[in-house]
Amino acid sequence: MTNRYENLIIEFFCRVIAPVVLLFGVYIVFHGEASPGGGFQGGVILGSGYIMLAIAYGIDFTLKRIRERIILFLSGFGVFIYGGIGAACLLWHGNFLDYGKLPLPLAHTNAIRGLGIMGIEIGVGLTVMGVMVSIYYDLIVAGGNQKENKGEVCDGILSR
Amino acid sequence: MKPLKLLALITVLITAFFLMYGVNEMPDWGNSSAPASTHVSPYYIQHSQDDTDAPNFVSAVLADYRGFDTLFETTVIFCAGMACMMLLRKKKK
Repeated sequence: MTNRYENLIIEFFCRVIAPVVLLFGVYIVFHGEASPGGGFQGGVILGSGYIMLAIAYGIDFTLKRIRERIILFLSGFGVFIYGGIGAACLLWHGNFLDYGKLPLPLAHTNAIRGLGIMGIEIGVGLTVMGVMVSIYYDLIVAGGNQKENKGEVCDGILSR
Repeated sequence: MKPLKLLALITVLITAFFLMYGVNEMPDWGNSSAPASTHVSPYYIQHSQDDTDAPNFVSAVLADYRGFDTLFETTVIFCAGMACMMLLRKKKK
């Protein structure tokens, strides 16, 4: 980060708007049960907020915050949450993805079904966010990162 | 024009003719007596609140009635990400 304020306007704008974008993504994921939205849309918003930071500040800056290994772990973990909630219903004598059978301390089974829907939306959101950011990383790395283009010696992001 | 391209053009034209012909037989947009809106849609609209306690019946259909569909949609997205990773990623030196 030698040229720290290379694009002052873009960096300041991204710094101001990034928390709002991430919070809005979380809102879309958690509120998808009650309003238009859900895991897919919220995950895309979360991922695009992160990609926006990566565009403004460079890929090295953002890789310090969330490492690529964690992103890939999240994308797999989302599918695991979804399938795990479905398989957990089997343990309490329900069908696969029959959320009402989950042993949660709530008044009636329909409220548990609502919570189950929200749980799988979280899983979908994690998967979509992880895949979006992972594809962005792969595209950036395939084109060579900034240090490689300047001719400096760099092992590449992936060997870290 | 090469014969293979000519063959492809003829195939596309014939397929387009049958598709257009089939479109004429389809019910109108938003027709309430169409088979798509008389089979399960009224059930979802009337019972999703009682069945799932989700205020929005789009998400009730998406995540509860058709949970398998959404599960494997998520799996498809995950697989697409893995395929992109395999194709685009550099090997370690």
